[in-house]
Amino acid sequence: MATILAVDDSASMRQMVAFTLKAAGHDVVEAADGQKALQAAKGKNFNLVISDVNMPVMDGIALIKELRTLPTYKFTPILMLTTEAGADKKAEGKAAGATGWIVKPFNPDQLLATVKRVLG
Amino acid sequence: MTQAMTTTERVSSELQRGGDVASNQFLTFSLANEEYGVDILRVQEIKGWTPVTHIPNAPAYLKGVLNLRGTIVPIVDLRMRFNLDAIDYTPTTVVIVLSLLNEGRERTFGIVVDAVSDVLNIAPTDIRPKPDFGTVVDADFINGLATVGEHMVMLLDIDCLLRPDEINAIASVGE
Amino acid sequence: MSIDITQFHQIFFEESFEGLDSMEAALLELGGGSEDAELINTIFRGAHSIKGGSGTFGFTEVARFTHVLETLLDQMRSGQREATRASVNLLLESVDALREMLTATRDHSAIDAPRIADLIARLEAMLGHEPTQATQTKSAPAAARTQGWRIRFRPHADILRTGNDPVRILRELAGLSNTGDMRVQVDLSAVPGWDSLDAEACHLGWDIDLHGNVARAAIDEVFAWVVDEADLHIAPLENAVADVAVEADTAVTGELVVERRRSEDRRQGEDRRSAAPAGDASSIRVGINKIDALINMVGELVITQSMLGQIGDSLVQDGTQAQIEKLRDGLAALERNTRELQESVMRIRMLPISFAFNRFPRLVHDLGGKLNKQIELRMSGENTELDKTVMEKISDPLVHLVRNALDHGIETPDVRIAAGKPPVGTLHLNAYHQGGNIVIEIGDDGAGLDKQKILRKAVERGVVSAAEATGLSDDKIGDLIFLPGFSTADVVSDVSGRGVGMDVVRRNIQALGGSVEVRSQAGQGSSFIIRLPLTLAILDGQLVRVGEQIYIIPLVSIIESLQARKELINSVAGMAEVYRLRDDYLPVIRLYRLFNIQADTEDLTQGLLVVVEGDGQKAGVFVDELLAQQQVVIKSLESNYRRIDGVSGATILGDGSVALIMDIPGLIRLTNTPPQAVRKTA
Repeated sequence: MATILAVDDSASMRQMVAFTLKAAGHDVVEAADGQKALQAAKGKNFNLVISDVNMPVMDGIALIKELRTLPTYKFTPILMLTTEAGADKKAEGKAAGATGWIVKPFNPDQLLATVKRVLG
Repeated sequence: MTQAMTTTERVSSELQRGGDVASNQFLTFSLANEEYGVDILRVQEIKGWTPVTHIPNAPAYLKGVLNLRGTIVPIVDLRMRFNLDAIDYTPTTVVIVLSLLNEGRERTFGIVVDAVSDVLNIAPTDIRPKPDFGTVVDADFINGLATVGEHMVMLLDIDCLLRPDEINAIASVGE
Repeated sequence: MSIDITQFHQIFFEESFEGLDSMEAALLELGGGSEDAELINTIFRGAHSIKGGSGTFGFTEVARFTHVLETLLDQMRSGQREATRASVNLLLESVDALREMLTATRDHSAIDAPRIADLIARLEAMLGHEPTQATQTKSAPAAARTQGWRIRFRPHADILRTGNDPVRILRELAGLSNTGDMRVQVDLSAVPGWDSLDAEACHLGWDIDLHGNVARAAIDEVFAWVVDEADLHIAPLENAVADVAVEADTAVTGELVVERRRSEDRRQGEDRRSAAPAGDASSIRVGINKIDALINMVGELVITQSMLGQIGDSLVQDGTQAQIEKLRDGLAALERNTRELQESVMRIRMLPISFAFNRFPRLVHDLGGKLNKQIELRMSGENTELDKTVMEKISDPLVHLVRNALDHGIETPDVRIAAGKPPVGTLHLNAYHQGGNIVIEIGDDGAGLDKQKILRKAVERGVVSAAEATGLSDDKIGDLIFLPGFSTADVVSDVSGRGVGMDVVRRNIQALGGSVEVRSQAGQGSSFIIRLPLTLAILDGQLVRVGEQIYIIPLVSIIESLQARKELINSVAGMAEVYRLRDDYLPVIRLYRLFNIQADTEDLTQGLLVVVEGDGQKAGVFVDELLAQQQVVIKSLESNYRRIDGVSGATILGDGSVALIMDIPGLIRLTNTPPQAVRKTA
């Protein structure tokens, strides 16, 4: 199973994502902002990064940009958690190098389906 | 004395087996030559008498409080509670620690009795309703009577032992 | 897989309430300065998180409300809208409403729908548009179903760099077809020669014929993530004409991306600067009952340790010197470890006082407006920690004192200017540790206490006699306001009236084992100083003996201990007995009499008088002997018995016996009660 980095400043969303992925058999590391996520990503090679966009310290867009500069994360799938109204955020994220997005609100099944898509 | 302590020990070991104890078992003890019984499921432990800390302005039958593994437990002298003659405590004087239900709250307290007698199986059919009169003890505390061999055992309703008004007379001075 | 997401509700509510607090704090800080951008970002993020979470967890009403809120905040964030006083007030109201909505949702009670509808209407009025649906789902270009689709898919060279894998997309496409019939033609025309081949770039293209009854929307979804990284033509199989619409769409989006990239660079810079206020220390949430169980166990350990210490001391007579030394060392280590363990366990219950202080910016903002006063709130020492329970219980007295300072302390701007002071008054909240206590100061630079007025009222209400009043020192006069039935406000105002006097404040603080005093200077302001124990679980006690009984008097209420001198003892009217100590006459509390026990002596000059203070009243407690001073773990008498007058709890001493802890204010009240009443309550 895959090793996944879940990034969200909202503990409830982060824990729900982590719990769902763990229940599906993945290894999950949680981070509460982009800065912490970047540190975690440097210390370990994740197969997938799922990140919220709006976060303190370092937001999701900046995180994606930073990740893409790292040799080990050139091709790693990175999914953004966006809200339905965040069309501009999607474009911003794509430009920064995001693979795709998961639109909030979502349920655990939708999350797993999307993760399955990118992990194959 | 040796025999009494043995009884206590035997009863204690029976208590520790816990799971085997059916609800129609009663712990019996003696008080002023009468036999009393309490539902064994209510008995937490039996211990020897040790000095207690005096509680100011409490009823005389409340001997004081005791440290029972970190909780403070009131100790009631059952003779005094039943208005029987007080006697000096001897080495066979034991404290039976009971849990009682008081307005939905579980409370722990101890009763001082003369000596522990036995653990008896008393079938519900062998329990007769309490008489209207004829016992030395306030009939309010008695759930029923049972005859075991030659003896009559008075089965106590321990939830009535520390009366609600006794416990809940939470003085409102200054509140 | 079925995952029960209700398990995350609790944490969602907790973080949402925290988020609302940060939003409120940031709203109150908005001042038109350079920090505003950062503050608005914080406020936006708070609303955004609540919206995301409430949507996910199915709290649609909350989600709908926060959506409107978020839209307004987004306009502020992007500079399209200024943070006016009116909008800040409306946002504050919205924060309140959200808090209530979340509380109602959490408690499964009804949401105040008319109020929410009204707020949404006002928010939308501010946004300047008619009520709209929160989301308008874009209808798919063509829901038409055909026999299949011809797809021309030419990924850009850098598609791999976004983590998208064309093979994955092809696989997904194949999965769409009910027949699984898909023909793929690879276009190798763009593959360069070996020399210039970039292994990290994608040079392949595909022409795909997807057969079967497949919805166009499903295909769009497969390509949704890569429309910007590929040239894409999708057309029904029969009519393989290029789909111009999609191409146009793609081109437009591409332009937008460039523009947004610029604005995003700006925004990112701002985000970097805004650090999370207190999010750095990682934390876990633990049920308070688990912590209490731990604290209880550690309490037991302290008792065991002190018991072993006593045994150790008694062993000194026997045993060899070397053995004794070893035992001593071991016991000393045990004592040290036990203390440290106790302190760390106690610390688990400790929270920074900012939890109590955080409500004040809002309170000051609202009250200042209501009273037409300009007030600057300054807070310091917000990170000073104290026990959670103490915090909860001190909250109301603090609010009372703050209201009082705003209402009676700080003057209106015109009065201040007339007095040669700046029009803006200052309210200063400060907290710090001192010994085993926390000290909280509430200071204002207002008018100060009007001593003459206090004296007049005190005499009027019979709190002191006119004769007593003349000789009172300034401190004593200040103290009068804490006496029952005293209120200096000429009119019971909406702000600090409410029928609660300073006497209640003092009583609540004393019930926590603390004290409160006031210092004041006319024209310069007043300062209320509260001292509280850090925790309610342990207290520093003085052990005293009366006959065979040992009692504990909290050290905080002891002023001094002395041996009574015969000539200073006065009996008033037979019953009451007072002892003259300098200027004071102390009522004497004979514990043995009050508690009905046997003492060593009944002669006051033979025992000791412990001078104590409670409820602002002093008294001399007569005991046989003073024993050690020690920290004791407080145990409840009520869990198995009931409350006892004059006793606040019990503890277990080193020898395993129980000692009662004296409730000094209670004892004093008990002594003041006529004997008849004492007997009745006993």
